[in-house]
Amino acid sequence: MGKVTFDAKVETIDGQGFQLTRLDKVIGAARANSLWPLPFATSCCGIEFMATMGSNYDLARFGMERMSFSPRQADLLIVAGTISKKLAPVLKKVYEQMSEPRWVLSVGACASSGGIFDTYSVLQGIDRVIPVDVYVPGCPPRPEQIIDGIMNIHEMVKNESLRRRNAPEYKEMLSTFNIDVDGE
Amino acid sequence: MSNEVNKDLREDYEIDRLSNETIDGDLATLNLGPTHPATHGIFENILTIDGEKILDAVQTVGYIHRAFEKIAERRPYNQITTLTDRLNYCSSPINNIGWCLTMEKLIGCEVPKKVDYMRVIIMELARINDHLICNSVVGVDTGALTGFTYLFQQREAIYELFEEVCGARLTTNMCRIGGFERDFNETFYKKLDAFLINFPKVFNEFDSLLSRNRIFMDRTIGSGPISAERALEYSFSGPNLRAAGVDYDVRVMNPYCSYEDFDFIIPVGSNGDTYDRFQVRQEEIRQSLSIIKQALAKMPEGKHHADVPEFYLPPKEDVYENMEALIYHFKIVMGETPVPVGEIYSSVEGGNGELGFYMISDGGRSPYRLQFRRPCFIYYQAYPEMIKGQTISDAVLTLSSLNVIAGELDA
Amino acid sequence: MENNGLTNDSLYTQLEAKFSDNTISSREDQFGLLTVEISSEKIIEVIKWLKEEKSINYLTLIGAVHYPENEGREYAVVYHLHSLTENFRIRLKAFLSKNHLSIASLTTLFVGANWMERETFDFYGVNFKGHPNMKRILNEDSMDYHPMRKEYQLEDATREDKDDTYFGR
Repeated sequence: MGKVTFDAKVETIDGQGFQLTRLDKVIGAARANSLWPLPFATSCCGIEFMATMGSNYDLARFGMERMSFSPRQADLLIVAGTISKKLAPVLKKVYEQMSEPRWVLSVGACASSGGIFDTYSVLQGIDRVIPVDVYVPGCPPRPEQIIDGIMNIHEMVKNESLRRRNAPEYKEMLSTFNIDVDGE
Repeated sequence: MSNEVNKDLREDYEIDRLSNETIDGDLATLNLGPTHPATHGIFENILTIDGEKILDAVQTVGYIHRAFEKIAERRPYNQITTLTDRLNYCSSPINNIGWCLTMEKLIGCEVPKKVDYMRVIIMELARINDHLICNSVVGVDTGALTGFTYLFQQREAIYELFEEVCGARLTTNMCRIGGFERDFNETFYKKLDAFLINFPKVFNEFDSLLSRNRIFMDRTIGSGPISAERALEYSFSGPNLRAAGVDYDVRVMNPYCSYEDFDFIIPVGSNGDTYDRFQVRQEEIRQSLSIIKQALAKMPEGKHHADVPEFYLPPKEDVYENMEALIYHFKIVMGETPVPVGEIYSSVEGGNGELGFYMISDGGRSPYRLQFRRPCFIYYQAYPEMIKGQTISDAVLTLSSLNVIAGELDA
Repeated sequence: MENNGLTNDSLYTQLEAKFSDNTISSREDQFGLLTVEISSEKIIEVIKWLKEEKSINYLTLIGAVHYPENEGREYAVVYHLHSLTENFRIRLKAFLSKNHLSIASLTTLFVGANWMERETFDFYGVNFKGHPNMKRILNEDSMDYHPMRKEYQLEDATREDKDDTYFGR
């Protein structure tokens, strides 16, 4: 029998040529450390997001080296910036085109709740059109705050049950947003 | 040499196309946007293309329309600085200082020379910030990602300088009517000196990567051209107009903030294409560095604000002890200071051109009408004309070299 | 930069002399900028003359202002022009009444007036005759009112989550 060790918070039993662990923990760790984000950057928070991607704050060390601009290949939708009512259908379409499992990070005050723009043309928060997992407040949030938001996403990803996306509660939640579950 | 090869290729394509009239074809429609990775910002262009050649483009803007002008009718005058931050958010101090200059002109306030020089330093740092983003993104769109990563690290140094002055990196809310909230401290001067020593080395390295690079020049020369006459008819301003050949710079034509004390040249291009725009911005960064050095060397002594107690917050110690200071503090914070009735148009040279503020004040706590003259909005309408006859990759490159900032486009 | 010959007084006298039939109404000189009120039918003639004869050939800004209390002169369309060679700026205003909210478009003279006039139409409903594409530009096409008019409020009228009593309105 091998030694019990903890590797990336996953309990494993080390042995000659095998590791004994739980499948969902391995999958959770693998997913979390290799998320492919889709930066949906509209305004000022987009520039802070670009600074987070840069070499000083470096998102690549968390596995986000490759920014996917195609929703079909992305896991994490990062909405940074103001979403107006004209753009809301576009955002919803992009979300629908992503395949499960998918997470949404709302960066900035404007994406979370409309921000300082309580006007006729600005959508007061993207959670009116798509379900959101983590909100990062700030106007714009510092890169450290954005990284903190991504750490929270990693926690959610690691601890997610493998059955969640097929569960009826999840489907019901999506239907409250009128999101087409089986199409696209 | 490379210029002639490029031109021949394009002319040959024209001749081939016309002579091969037996080729049957339909024109295709391609939707470039709104969430296209190459468009840095949210703009939609529906292109009509013939193979790779673009024949026409229909634009849709307004995807980040936040109704600034309507909000400004609700806010008191000192709260509008936060709105101006979010216009051209890559160089927000210039917008803030432009708004403060408008208000100071309206109330007839003279600021001390020291405040002018401090403002010049901050505005030129912001201009360097803006041009760095634009040029590194032009590099990215031609495939050269390295410049982007190196220059963004230098922008962090500028962000630290802004943090020393006002506490924020991007949306700075920097100026107050009458001057600055606090004087520049020792750390700021130390960091600025370090910046002035370290930045030119990295910048020259970036320049050597792209400026005389054969591949970059072939790619960008002749791409997205516009002539000076057409640019003037479209009311272009800023680096895009200067790349076309017209030396119009608001800092020289209607000097504000003691710009007439400084010695700088206005770089001017000749063809108005992407390469010229790139080079004009590169040279403007060098000129901005020179202006900052001159301002540092000649910085006069004095207070960091003018003597306008009705608009400039008194120091907190006075508020606790002095009745007058308490009343002024209350009126300024509640936004109940009366402003003279009047109508004013004032403009500054923003990162993209002439940023103007047209304000009508009726003596109340908020403007009756505030209209922003946004240079991006005005020159982006020339985009279909600039990309006619070019390829799709040239269209993407032209868009990034125009430096269209979505916040300023839609306001 | 110096300007050679164009001053507020000299240009105003020339304008009055050239367009004598009630075209030029009034003049103000706030903050050094000549502001002239023009009748709305003659706007193309005046701007064409300024552009061709007086080299005021750069269009800076077109906007509108809504004065709901002025009877018969509710909307003012404001043009800011600039002469780059002479370093001279001028502001022209044309007043329109709300029943006849239409003025000629400047797109024949300045191509850059295209989007500026669309924005003015989007915000105030001013119709520019002769404009090639008189549609909304910044707001959604389905919007049925012109939001910058004074009678409309800033916030979205259909929102249900924010209680105005707490926001001091």
